[in-house]
Amino acid sequence: MANLDSTTTASAGTAVTAEERRQRVKKSLGARHRKERLFHGLGITAVVLALGFVAILFYDVLQRGLPAFQQAQVTVDVYFDPEVIDLGERPVQSPGQSPADYSAQLNGWLRAAALLNWNRLLETSIRTIVPEFEGDARDIAAIIDSSQRFVIRDAFTSDPSLLGQTREFSLLASADADNWLKGTIDRSLPDARQQLSADARALADDLLERGEIRFAFASHLFTNVDSRSAPASAGLAGAFMGSLYMMLIVIVLAVPIGVASAVYLEEFAPKNRLTDVIEITINNLAAVPSIVFGLLGAAVFINYFRLPLSAPLVGGLVLTLMTLPTIIIATRSSLRAVAPSLRQAALGLGASRTQMVFHHVLPITYPGILTAAIIGVAQALGETAPLLLIGMNAFVANIPSSPMDQASALPVQIYLWQGNENRNFFEARTSAAIIVLLGLMLSLNAIAIFLRSRLEKRK
Amino acid sequence: MNTLIITALILAFLGIAYQTGSSRSRALAGTSGRRLHSRPSYHGSAIAIWTLVPLLLLLGAWALLDSYVIRTFITWYLPESLVAEGGNALRASIARVEALATGYGVVGEVQEFERTAAQAVGRFQTTAFLIVVAAATTLAALGLFYARKRITPQFRARNEVEGAVRILLLACSVVAILTTFGIVASLLTEAMRFFSFVNPLDFFFGTVWNPRFSTTGAGGGGEYGLIPLLWGTIQITIIAILTAVPIGLMAAVYLSQYAKPRVRSVVKPLIEVLAGIPTIVYGFFALVTVGPFLASFGDAIGVDIRATSALTAGIVMGVMIIPFISSLSDDIIRQVPTAMRDGSLGLGATKSETIRRVILPAALPGIVGAILLAVSRAIGETMIVVLAAGNSPVLRFNPFEPTSTITVSIVNQLTGDSDFAGPQSLVAFALGLTLFVLTLVLNVGALYIVRRFREQYD
Repeated sequence: MANLDSTTTASAGTAVTAEERRQRVKKSLGARHRKERLFHGLGITAVVLALGFVAILFYDVLQRGLPAFQQAQVTVDVYFDPEVIDLGERPVQSPGQSPADYSAQLNGWLRAAALLNWNRLLETSIRTIVPEFEGDARDIAAIIDSSQRFVIRDAFTSDPSLLGQTREFSLLASADADNWLKGTIDRSLPDARQQLSADARALADDLLERGEIRFAFASHLFTNVDSRSAPASAGLAGAFMGSLYMMLIVIVLAVPIGVASAVYLEEFAPKNRLTDVIEITINNLAAVPSIVFGLLGAAVFINYFRLPLSAPLVGGLVLTLMTLPTIIIATRSSLRAVAPSLRQAALGLGASRTQMVFHHVLPITYPGILTAAIIGVAQALGETAPLLLIGMNAFVANIPSSPMDQASALPVQIYLWQGNENRNFFEARTSAAIIVLLGLMLSLNAIAIFLRSRLEKRK
Repeated sequence: MNTLIITALILAFLGIAYQTGSSRSRALAGTSGRRLHSRPSYHGSAIAIWTLVPLLLLLGAWALLDSYVIRTFITWYLPESLVAEGGNALRASIARVEALATGYGVVGEVQEFERTAAQAVGRFQTTAFLIVVAAATTLAALGLFYARKRITPQFRARNEVEGAVRILLLACSVVAILTTFGIVASLLTEAMRFFSFVNPLDFFFGTVWNPRFSTTGAGGGGEYGLIPLLWGTIQITIIAILTAVPIGLMAAVYLSQYAKPRVRSVVKPLIEVLAGIPTIVYGFFALVTVGPFLASFGDAIGVDIRATSALTAGIVMGVMIIPFISSLSDDIIRQVPTAMRDGSLGLGATKSETIRRVILPAALPGIVGAILLAVSRAIGETMIVVLAAGNSPVLRFNPFEPTSTITVSIVNQLTGDSDFAGPQSLVAFALGLTLFVLTLVLNVGALYIVRRFREQYD
């Protein structure tokens, strides 16, 4: 607008007529319109950039993660050779035996079963498929995931009558074999830098050609727990259950408490010191970094109350405290949006304040409260940092059966997997876990939108 | 079994109390010929409250004391030498007795004192449970009778129930205060313990961060200088803000001033998707995609850019903050009165001139507030920097080099550690306190500015 300034200074002089002024404005118009177009273009660029980031992020994650949902699996006939399985009868609980004694005896039997060489069975099966294979047992063991011998063992211990029989199993190929067959490792690398020996690589290719190795949907990604020794069988089930427990705790605690305090502050609170303090603390809590809540959890719940480390209970409590302000603030804004005429009508007809709130105001804010709850739960679901401080990054090999058991969580599992040394295998795994997490969050939001439109229509 | 009995007890009393209250008041309304102050359901609820509150208080107290009392009881039966020794042996012995008492049994030889202790504990547990249940029942019954006697036509049952509801609501909103108090108290006490190991001056003004491992030496071994971490935090925040503010602000201007409503209604939620993505996802994205891209880009133009660096973390963090800046600025720009905008357009200014000379200056305080909020979010952000900043707590001024931040060090020092014995883990609380104070000041300042701005135009 420098040109406008110059016209004002010019008009302060004597000799400038209206015509001349018009000429000057006209002359400057071209430049001004150019600037306008430039500014408009900048705006569009900014929007395109922002949308571009969204697109790149999703494309990147999908492109990396989708291959991990397919995994190489070997179909083999396993013969339960009595020569290898040299084991007594499975113990039975005799009358008068205490449960502790029986479980000790059973554990002894299971331990003996665990010490057997189950890999021998697998080796024999593979050698029957590829009789001309000349590599040693280690090459065969290298292409089958090391957890798979336990699959065979567990099949036997749960059904000892399999002894001397043959049964078909679909077993997971090892992570290294999966890399080799998918081409996530450079096939032209020299032997020294390959994860598998030359014999094992040839065997894997051979089995794929014969159709004994197929790429099938990796369902164990959802049914198995994390595993360090057997990366190909690592799954999300434990982390999923941990997250589920924490979400349940957040829903049971944060939502009622949050809604109740929003109702109190918006509808009942007298204007006094206490109310002011509550208001200020809630606004501040909403902006406290999440990791500070983790410190709170470590100092108070773990160190002071001596709650167990890595328990979803503690995680749930920490996430509850963290999401409370979000839920309170969102609920309050939906309460504030209720028309005053509704309150006045209720009060005018003789309803008490409590009746007015619970019978008239709250029912029409349900869609808003629901949205608030889901925003809070989604925020809690994706949070990682505070969980690291209360020990939820520990390696857990069991599905937690209660909120007091050790567990991981979905975002923490992503953190653990991205740090795994078997980089070319776990990069896809991590992205697959991210897809699952994002999928969960998107469906949460979709449910919120759906319920909200249903509820609003009914009104 | 016990839980079942207790649940049944609670439900039974709930039903009986409510039924007594409402039927009694109905009967009263029929016979006394006077209108009751409250409706029967309120009488029922009032009596239920009088009955259940003492019951629940007693059961709650027992749930808290239960295990402690039983453990003390067991120690009476254990040999004195074991009790005097304490520690793990005592704990294991108590666990064995408890396992025997439940009937599950233990592995190995059961000693004589263990058997007697288990039998005694079994009897004691049964008796104690019966006593507690009896006491709870008596208490609840007393409450029930007392409340029942109070039912008259004048009894203000509704007011009583509403009072109770109000107390419950107040209790819920006090949770926020308790949380804040808990944060401040835990950070302060643990930070004080840290400062008993390390001089606060060395912490706040030290330029070397090298905490060493707690296993390698005695307490005060490492050096705990905050400055490298603080500088790393500031460096990354600056890069993030430089990325986010131009894009976020221009997107907000475009969406609020240029875009058609239909475009706006599609684009705005799409940009806000960025705000809903978990930060660990951004961290992974930075680590495997943005970092290598920047490194190869640096190779192409002849600059040495490391894959994990302040730049990588800063740019990705900037992307994360974009929706934050754009929606806050959008709100604020829309609050500028239309009269100002129309006046400027009416005088012949172009749209961009109006925006640059009228709307943005008017919205400036609000936008500054929004940026401050974004800064405080960037300072407290953890996962992106943990994965993508390179974790190298050295005072360096080159943004293409790895660095470290306050949040990264908190994670490194505290992860998996539960006994806060040495300064190695306690320093996390001193760092947390610094972080808390920093973000608090920024937030209070930002909220103050935004509020002043709102008042100006409301």
